[in-house]
Amino acid sequence: MTWLNRFNFKKHPFFATILLFIVVVLIMIFSAGSGEYPLSPQNVLSALFGLGDDFARTIVIDFRLPRIVMALFVGISLAVSGAILQGITKNPLASPDLIGITAGASFAVVLFLSLFSDENNSLMVSIHWLPLFAFLGATLTALIVFFLSWKNGIAPFRLLLIGIAVAAFMNAGTTIWMLMGPIYRASQATIWTTGSIYGANWSQVKVLVPWSILLIVIALLLRRQMNILELGDDIATSVGSQVQKNRVILLLISTGLTGVAVAFAGGIGFVGLLAPHIARRIVGPKFQTMILFTAGIGALLVLVADWIARVAFAPIEVPAGVWTAAVGAPYFIFLLLTERRRGRV
Amino acid sequence: MLHTNLTRGWGIAVSIIAILFLMLSSLVYGYTDTTWTDAYLAFMKPNGSNEHLIIKDVRLPRSLIAAFIGACLGVSGAIMQSITRNPLSSPSILGVNAGASFFVVIGVVFFSVQSLQSYMWLSFAGAAFAFSLVFILSSAGREGLTPLKLTLAGSAITALFASFTQGLLVLNETALDQVLFWLAGSVANRPLDLLINALPYIVVALLVAFIKAKELNVLSIGDDVAVGLGQKTFWTKLYFGALAVVLAGCAVAVAGPIGFVGIIIPHVIRSIVGLDHRWILPYSAFGGATLLLIADIGSRYVLMPQELPVGVMTALIGVPFFIYVARKKMGV
Repeated sequence: MTWLNRFNFKKHPFFATILLFIVVVLIMIFSAGSGEYPLSPQNVLSALFGLGDDFARTIVIDFRLPRIVMALFVGISLAVSGAILQGITKNPLASPDLIGITAGASFAVVLFLSLFSDENNSLMVSIHWLPLFAFLGATLTALIVFFLSWKNGIAPFRLLLIGIAVAAFMNAGTTIWMLMGPIYRASQATIWTTGSIYGANWSQVKVLVPWSILLIVIALLLRRQMNILELGDDIATSVGSQVQKNRVILLLISTGLTGVAVAFAGGIGFVGLLAPHIARRIVGPKFQTMILFTAGIGALLVLVADWIARVAFAPIEVPAGVWTAAVGAPYFIFLLLTERRRGRV
Repeated sequence: MLHTNLTRGWGIAVSIIAILFLMLSSLVYGYTDTTWTDAYLAFMKPNGSNEHLIIKDVRLPRSLIAAFIGACLGVSGAIMQSITRNPLSSPSILGVNAGASFFVVIGVVFFSVQSLQSYMWLSFAGAAFAFSLVFILSSAGREGLTPLKLTLAGSAITALFASFTQGLLVLNETALDQVLFWLAGSVANRPLDLLINALPYIVVALLVAFIKAKELNVLSIGDDVAVGLGQKTFWTKLYFGALAVVLAGCAVAVAGPIGFVGIIIPHVIRSIVGLDHRWILPYSAFGGATLLLIADIGSRYVLMPQELPVGVMTALIGVPFFIYVARKKMGV
């Protein structure tokens, strides 16, 4: 990517981030305009500001916008979660889906849906509890994985191997719960576990967005601690950082973000792995500067994946998770080969 | 444990008896209450009652399929662990199962494949494709093939194929109905014809593997020594790889992707009979059959009256084992 180097975004990360955010907004507008009933960007904008005809307003605001906002925040949450995880484990291959955290959250969500649904498939408790459940599932799984990977410290590769195994276990658990529930819920859940934003509505968005923003703000407040942690435990302790406490808090933020994303969009894979790597490549490795850029890249990935999911084979939806995996899995193998050579893992 | 060829030979006899006993149990135990007498009468004096029909037409195919597919998975795992020198190798971990399923689903979605024979060939092709892909990818780079790269590349390829499979199934709902249950990995409700179709390949591959097993012993000393002893290591790896792929492909074509049998069994067997592949391979066949039969009988009782796909059972048993191996033997 020589043209990127010529601009040297690493010297102007602020400029790069602004540019990225503009791209994200443009994608959102174009995505809102495409579909079975296409709208020009001007029409989308006028619909957003309450102008234009009723039909266009209904389509944009009631149908397409909740999905787009959902994709935006799911992408941001997964990306930031991945960046934090890679930082605290000092493992460039870590991401919530690869080390089983997503599978744990999925298990918790299926558990929640099957425990608290009545015969009519409607929830008996408020949907506001769903992210909490997903968060608990994600956190417990993360603790199990860390505990099982511990042997005089957590070696990067051991973490991944144990994560793969725990993910398989959680998926088996998910299958059992799906089989125990009514059959129609099982077929819904199959699509949902691949990761899809199909059927997002404003009431879900209203639960997702505040949590996501809250956790990201805390992550931003702790960005200095994150940088210190990345220097290594010894240096971090000597500059007065409470290493273990900060690490636990950051882990909880990371699992919380994965939890809220999974609660509403299922396991959209590889975003937490891809986004931080792309961001580091463009704006450099410093956590303070890369974290916002990572969030933007995550949003971009999920927005585009969901856009393709909606449009590519319309009227059929191919889950967004399929598209992120198509990009993410080859990239993971590429990292596996190159990072190993550089001696980082 | 079994250190002389005599005790090992007796061990084989005991395993055969154990497997026959499990196969008979598989005919008798389940949701429909039947007794050993029913099982006997169903074959000797069938009276057309529900119990007899269930035993003959539902449970007999199931128990045969569990036994043969278990054997395939066990031997396939043992060969893969040996030629890749990776204690975590197995058809599910290296992406072979996912590749085979993906190819079968492509066949169903795009070419409306129906015949059992073409299931088989698609499954072989997918297994071979995934295995070579993972092998080549993880051999790239300066230090060559390492167990870790192989395992992680395998899981990435699995994720890739699995999500493509999902995508294809969403595109085509009739295909979804046709293959969804098969994709869960189960030995229940499979037509016996599937197994009969695969049987020639299974038997030939197993026999060739047993006869040639000595070459795996030479290989396991190390490539340099093997070359020094006059073995063409590349070819040995290639045709044993092909055997492992055929066995895994047959297993997927008949029962769908079933994980973790191929990883557990070779470890257990090595700790029982030692490091001689002439014993490891046949014992892995019996061990795989035993494990899958037990898992299948268990899968009828966990969620009674519903049944669990046997792949879920093997995952629940296999994961703790995988973690144990990853912690003890992977050197990471």
